[in-house]
Amino acid sequence: MKRLQRRGFLACLASVIALPAAWSTGARAQQLRPLEPILGALTKGVPVRTGRVTLDLPQLADNGNAVLLKVSVESPMSATDHVKSIHLFSNRNPVAEMANFYLGPRAGRAQIVTRVRLAGSQTVTALAVLSDGTFWMDSAPIVVTLSSCMDES
Amino acid sequence: MIRPAAVWFVAAALAGPGIAAGGQERHIALGDLKSGIAFSSRDIRAMQEDDFSNPAMLWVEKGAKLWAAGARSCASCHGEAEKSMRGVATRYPAIDRGSGRLLSLGDRIMQCRSERQGAPALRHESDELLSLTALVAHQSRGMPIGVSIEGPARPHFEAGREFFFRRIGQVDIACTHCHDANWGKTLFAETISQGHPNAFPIYRTEWQTAGSIERRLRACLSGIRAEMLPYGAPEYRDLELYLAWRAQGLPIETPGVRR
Amino acid sequence: MAVRIQVVPPRPKRGEIVEIRVLIQHNMETGYRTDMVGGVIPRNCINVFSCRYNGAEVFRADLSPGISANPLLQFHTVAEASGELEFSWMDDRGKQDSERARIAVSE
Repeated sequence: MKRLQRRGFLACLASVIALPAAWSTGARAQQLRPLEPILGALTKGVPVRTGRVTLDLPQLADNGNAVLLKVSVESPMSATDHVKSIHLFSNRNPVAEMANFYLGPRAGRAQIVTRVRLAGSQTVTALAVLSDGTFWMDSAPIVVTLSSCMDES
Repeated sequence: MIRPAAVWFVAAALAGPGIAAGGQERHIALGDLKSGIAFSSRDIRAMQEDDFSNPAMLWVEKGAKLWAAGARSCASCHGEAEKSMRGVATRYPAIDRGSGRLLSLGDRIMQCRSERQGAPALRHESDELLSLTALVAHQSRGMPIGVSIEGPARPHFEAGREFFFRRIGQVDIACTHCHDANWGKTLFAETISQGHPNAFPIYRTEWQTAGSIERRLRACLSGIRAEMLPYGAPEYRDLELYLAWRAQGLPIETPGVRR
Repeated sequence: MAVRIQVVPPRPKRGEIVEIRVLIQHNMETGYRTDMVGGVIPRNCINVFSCRYNGAEVFRADLSPGISANPLLQFHTVAEASGELEFSWMDDRGKQDSERARIAVSE
């Protein structure tokens, strides 16, 4: 009798511990949006390859308001072979499309540096559209920490 | 049984040496002073070190335009800021001989605008005041802070020190508890600095704009759930004088970048 | 509003790739902040930015609230003839602004 009661209690305890973990995974998945539909609007079904694009973002930002970002694409930037545009996407910001940069052969180098706002820990994706119709991407995860003290100044 | 010596030790530690003695002991020795930038992340340091892309330089630039603008411009009396304003910020807050008041650098600029330039008054924390303050303080970049706490400044210094050691707010702590006793340690994800005034006005990424030391003190007050005194409150000036004394010799970094 | 422009290197040779750095004072209001009484502060961001080199567009960007306040933009162009770089941008309120910088190219 006593052994059954204890097993039942332990089983109960296990499910109580497991449940919040399941909840939090679900909740986090809802906070981070899938990017395929957004990228798809640009690529129209053409597969996106990884490589050639390097997205530089710090692994940790102590404030999400001004994070330095660099994106570069390997390309000769010639008249016949160049990067037409680079697009930045966030899977967590209220606005998914962060910026579009339009280049061309006169750029000489396909490299952009800017500072971005990140509404929390997430993955940022850079998509490059090349003159030959191909699409290339890179993603970078980043942890964004919050302020220790409330600032209502 | 507690030994008498232990009781004395504990009592002294709790009282805090500065208050009991009433003298001018420094909790942080002059040789141990470190600017807030030393406790900032690599990314914040990179933002401050690059003069071109330091966002606070936008205010310095705007300040340079305001300096030269108008019939009775700052330049009409002071000439080039690079020459005439060199070293000025190291001496503030300072007693104004005319009124006997303790003025911050921003107060002095406001006073000049209203009384000597006949221009509309600059509002606290306005873009124009921040720009002019940033321009003037920037001319002292690299120079050591050296304020006077003698004569009429003395009571202000003492009031500022008393504030620094006074427990306030719902969190019921004093400035000293973080910035004297726990600098260098982490508070959640942040590293506590020594709390020096040497880089103001700063660009604070939290604010997404430039701000004065008054704003930063208000932010601290809100952080410990204390009432934020209004801009222009004499308590801020007194405290700023104490902080400047406490940071004596630390080079000015204006315009700074902080988290 | 203040604008800072830097061409690196400042005196390029013809054919050399230069980096153009631009820093614009603009608070890039996201539209997600609230004021002291709970009202939403309306969005006002620079939404388009372009750079013309002697009249020809060499760079363009669509920006959003995802770009930080006081936006920094760094991009490249090939130094060709000496002349003028013209930067123009517009924000959500329709306010247009521009800035010019000389580019001196040696042969």
